[in-house]
Amino acid sequence: MAITNLPDALLVKEYVAGNEEALSALIKRHQSKIYGFIYSKIPDKDITNDVFQDTFIKVIKTLKSNSYNEEGKFLPWVMRISHNLVVDHYRKTKKMPLYRETEEFSIFSIMSDDSLTIENKIIADQVEMDLKRLIEELPADQKEVLVMRMYQDMSFKEISESTGVSINTALGRMRYALMNLRKVIDKHQIVLTN
Amino acid sequence: MAKIYSKKQLVSSSMKPAAETISFLISYSKALSIIKINNVNFEIISN
Repeated sequence: MAITNLPDALLVKEYVAGNEEALSALIKRHQSKIYGFIYSKIPDKDITNDVFQDTFIKVIKTLKSNSYNEEGKFLPWVMRISHNLVVDHYRKTKKMPLYRETEEFSIFSIMSDDSLTIENKIIADQVEMDLKRLIEELPADQKEVLVMRMYQDMSFKEISESTGVSINTALGRMRYALMNLRKVIDKHQIVLTN
Repeated sequence: MAKIYSKKQLVSSSMKPAAETISFLISYSKALSIIKINNVNFEIISN
């Protein structure tokens, strides 16, 4: 009798005895049912292939280590293994969700590239340069406070200590500096946006 | 064009795993041998 016509139980026996052809016959016979079963639970071809592979790795290991006992039928046993692996898969993804790109869902809706494009970088550089030129036009005391606060990231307390004025004066100078900048920007209708 | 509202059938009767998956399994099976010594299984993968 050709190997492909043997019942499952005999194919399993053949395989355990060392006939590798028997495994091919078993996979060929049941691949659609098992793959379809996994795909019905996990509608992703790549993951389904992975689970299918893991299922048969378990089958191979169990059969080769003689741990399989023909209590039930071969197919329900393999289905049980694949079912357990599907559960394991969902347990894992619940802990660490995996986002996949589909027609309705784009990965870029939750993840974005924050780095600037070349065009945006040029615009940002231009804005930066315009702003520096405007700051240069401010009165010296206001310019000093603004530069310390915005570019050197100093607190108003530190600014007041290093310039020798009170915190309120430093705050006032910062306020006037910003007001003056706004005035110049409005007057010349400068666009400082990226 | 008319929109199809019915659900896409997930499992078609002719679904099969990738050919690479099958060929991997067959090669893996050929390469794997398990030896049992004192209730401990040793898995050996030959090249």
